[in-house]
Amino acid sequence: MVRVNFTENIQRHCACPSTEVRGDTVRQVLDEVFAANQKARGYVLDDQGGLRRHMIVFVNGETVRDRVKLTDRVSDGAEVYVMQALSGG
Amino acid sequence: MSDRIFIGTRKGLFTLERAKGGAPWRIAQADFLGVQVPMLLPDRRDGWVYAAVGHGHFGSKFHRSNDRGKNWEEATVPAYPPKPDDVPEIREPYRGIVIPWSLELIWSLEAGGKDEPETIWCGTAPGGLFRSNDRGMSWHLIRPLWDEPLRREWFGGGLDWPGIHSICVDPRDSRHVTVGISCAGVWTTRDRGETWQVSSQGMYAEYMPPEQKYTQHIQDPHRLVQCPANPDAMWVQHHNGVFRSTDGARTWHDVPAARPSVFGFAVAVHPQKPDTAWLVPAVKDEVRIPVDGKVVVARTRDGGKSFEVLRTGLPQEHAYDLTFRHALDVDESGNRLVFGSTTGSLWTSDNQGDAWSLVSAHLPPIFCVRFG
Repeated sequence: MVRVNFTENIQRHCACPSTEVRGDTVRQVLDEVFAANQKARGYVLDDQGGLRRHMIVFVNGETVRDRVKLTDRVSDGAEVYVMQALSGG
Repeated sequence: MSDRIFIGTRKGLFTLERAKGGAPWRIAQADFLGVQVPMLLPDRRDGWVYAAVGHGHFGSKFHRSNDRGKNWEEATVPAYPPKPDDVPEIREPYRGIVIPWSLELIWSLEAGGKDEPETIWCGTAPGGLFRSNDRGMSWHLIRPLWDEPLRREWFGGGLDWPGIHSICVDPRDSRHVTVGISCAGVWTTRDRGETWQVSSQGMYAEYMPPEQKYTQHIQDPHRLVQCPANPDAMWVQHHNGVFRSTDGARTWHDVPAARPSVFGFAVAVHPQKPDTAWLVPAVKDEVRIPVDGKVVVARTRDGGKSFEVLRTGLPQEHAYDLTFRHALDVDESGNRLVFGSTTGSLWTSDNQGDAWSLVSAHLPPIFCVRFG
């Protein structure tokens, strides 16, 4: 299982409790989360399915590299954080 | 006259109300605090209100209210369909950057005709036009305009990407829709979006080389409005001046008499009198401050032959309020006006602009004002 946690700042607009899902890639993991929380998809991913420009996903503390297709591997027991990317001033 | 105004700002949506009998305007409600509200639509057909909400991190969202803005629910945001792999990317022609195939900003919302009560049109950056036939629960991209071959020559003006900021639905025929695009000129459809024609003949662009000055699909209309009582009468505040059409956007005529300058973003037209219009002029191009630091509104009542400069009640010394393209509105009576500024100031008038009253000088930067 993979544990997925969301930034506190998203909770005001869209409830995203921490959850445990299965999946071998970031895409599979997030698809599992969003299958049970449809509204959250559009807050994290854009309309083409890529990670929003100012969002960031960590897997075991490492930033995912493929922000478009989300093919980074996720191992069993991993901890995933969906956060806001600090950008701008 | 309308006693409710919706204000979309960089930090939320504010609903202003006014009791009968000349009581002062007051902020009755604040929603989406801390979040951008770039566009609003109080639907005069049925009292529903729609709001585009732009989260810096979480993207654009679409909310609606069926009780004139008291309670809100999140509806569905327009989404670009998946980009087919065999469709080449379009690069912005002057900077060479790829134009996204994805929603960047909701920049215009308008109600459909009276014969299509649940229809809403939505203009976006990077240049997609959407229509909903169920009050914003689902949307579809108007593909003929998105697939228009000339779109590869559209470019950004004010935004990084081309954007549809104005939508005029002909009250005589709801299939006839005219849109204003920065920077792609004016486009019209007479079949509800199936076919489109560029309609900027007569506009000119001094920001282009001489041989492209009159090219219709690179014009930068900042704002396009249509007189409800005479829909062939349209006004445009363009990057290079003010233009008027009296033949439903087939041809446009320069209005050089606008003063104290011909540059600005906003324009409003009287709902019954096509020759009466208001502008909020500024110093042109990249300066974008009021002329001489004095906030004024320009009004014509003779179709643009002459303008009065209205300043009663407006700051006349070191005032640097700029009014964005959607931050000026006139109500259905044609007597009450409202405009807001980048500095968070908001003024109203009950006498067509002869005199203005300051409602607040402390709002967030104002994107959009609309009577509801």
